[in-house]
Amino acid sequence: MAQPGDFRARRVAGRPVILVRSDDGQVRVLLNTCTHRGALVCRTQSGNARSFQCAYHAWTFNSRGELVGVPGEDAYSLSFDRKDFALAQPRVDSYRGFVFVNFTPEGESLSDYLAGAKEFLDLVCDQSEVGMEVVPGAQLYSMRANWKLLVENSFDGYHGLPTHQRYFQFLVETGGLDMTERLPGRALALGNGHAVIEYEPPWGRLVAQWNPVFGETKKAEIETVYAKLEAKFGAEWARRVSRTSRNLLIFPNLIINDLMAVTIRTFFPVSPDYMEVSAWALEPQDESAEDRAIRLDNFLTFLGPGGFATPDDVEMLESCQKGFANREVMWSDISRGMNRAEPVPTDELQMRAFWRRWHDLLTLRPTKAEAQRAA
Amino acid sequence: MLSTEKSAALRHEVETFLYDEAALLDEWRLEEWLGLLTEDASYHIPATDTPDGDPRTSLFIIADDILRIRSRVKQLLGRFAHAETPHSRTRRLVGNVRVRSVEGDVIRATANFAVYRTRMEQLDTYVGRYEYVLVRQADGGLKIRERRAILDLDSLRPQGKVSIIL
Repeated sequence: MAQPGDFRARRVAGRPVILVRSDDGQVRVLLNTCTHRGALVCRTQSGNARSFQCAYHAWTFNSRGELVGVPGEDAYSLSFDRKDFALAQPRVDSYRGFVFVNFTPEGESLSDYLAGAKEFLDLVCDQSEVGMEVVPGAQLYSMRANWKLLVENSFDGYHGLPTHQRYFQFLVETGGLDMTERLPGRALALGNGHAVIEYEPPWGRLVAQWNPVFGETKKAEIETVYAKLEAKFGAEWARRVSRTSRNLLIFPNLIINDLMAVTIRTFFPVSPDYMEVSAWALEPQDESAEDRAIRLDNFLTFLGPGGFATPDDVEMLESCQKGFANREVMWSDISRGMNRAEPVPTDELQMRAFWRRWHDLLTLRPTKAEAQRAA
Repeated sequence: MLSTEKSAALRHEVETFLYDEAALLDEWRLEEWLGLLTEDASYHIPATDTPDGDPRTSLFIIADDILRIRSRVKQLLGRFAHAETPHSRTRRLVGNVRVRSVEGDVIRATANFAVYRTRMEQLDTYVGRYEYVLVRQADGGLKIRERRAILDLDSLRPQGKVSIIL
């Protein structure tokens, strides 16, 4: 969305919104509901527009959401003021280019909300010297399962081998590492329900862990990328950016998995046993055409509704949903690693962090800020 | 330009080829299906919002080269492709077959498809069109060099995935 007028129409939490770069350069989120009689003012998914005109009665709004055209305006009373009819704008803030929307007018800042998750967004974004971008092409799919199962599944190191054996066989056949041991790494709760697993992965990463699938010619290039990172960020941060993978949950339903490629995944429940999933590929803006092709290719081996892994996740979560029909099994057991001071990625600390926050919210346990306001 | 007679004969040949291919896929005779592909074959499904995409610059659902196609078949016939264990039943309707161009040994053809997949009491429908690049072999037969299935769906909802070969 580099140019003024560039927009994406999206559904967020069931609400139609327009993400737009306004003519003043600012990124805004406009509620995609005509302030006259409620029709969608934008009915295309993406494009560039100077204004949004409702097709119903032709009220027109500029890229800042201001009402700029009303056919037959003289029929309204003298008190009619276009300013009262701007497209509504929810609270918007961004971090490292990730735009977040908040439909409640007040509350904690995005920075406070993200808490410890910011560090892990930094690790994802520091792959590029100029910034990351979403590649065209969205994987829009669904699962006939409860949305919280996908939260668990998205950073579940324990399920990797049994559920994705066919992927790991493929990986070994094409020169990747044999992953028969547990993933070396850690699991962390990041505050406010966010959580992450960070580990040394069995797959290659263009930033910057060579793997035979990349071919010998890429070896020196990948070393150079690593050396650059080290010079810029120091050894420890460079190592984490390049030689570790991370599966990050931003509570409650945003996943950023920095694996053999980076995917952004978000999902919304439509009913208790059905969710809609949207996923994109996030890549460095400044990568070469060759690297972009390699990353996209890597992405598809594992990820997405036609990959060698995700379809089996869909199958397993739908299988759980069917299994839950038996009420005698009252709980999902996520106690792995509770006997360890420092739980590892194949443990379930990250899931407990999510569920604890979810439980707080469902039982209306107030946050600190809410408690202060009430007092 | 081919004569009317020749082009009718070619379309008939391509139709027969595609119907036979559909039967192999429906019958899970995937090893035999691999025999229809050239050594440099590709199998692509673009994302539903970028039907004209290029897999080098946009995210696809599937962009297999021949190695991945073979691996996919091996996985599907093995024990660990959970999404297809047990196998789906599928029924493919392939129609509106059109030969679009003939240049030397290379024949470009398009066809419409509706693929019905049933499994665990769920019916999923995939609708779209195929774009084929077929290559005339030395023995006179045809093989598939490119096989692109372009979905006419807004999204894979409620299908959720493409675990069969579409």
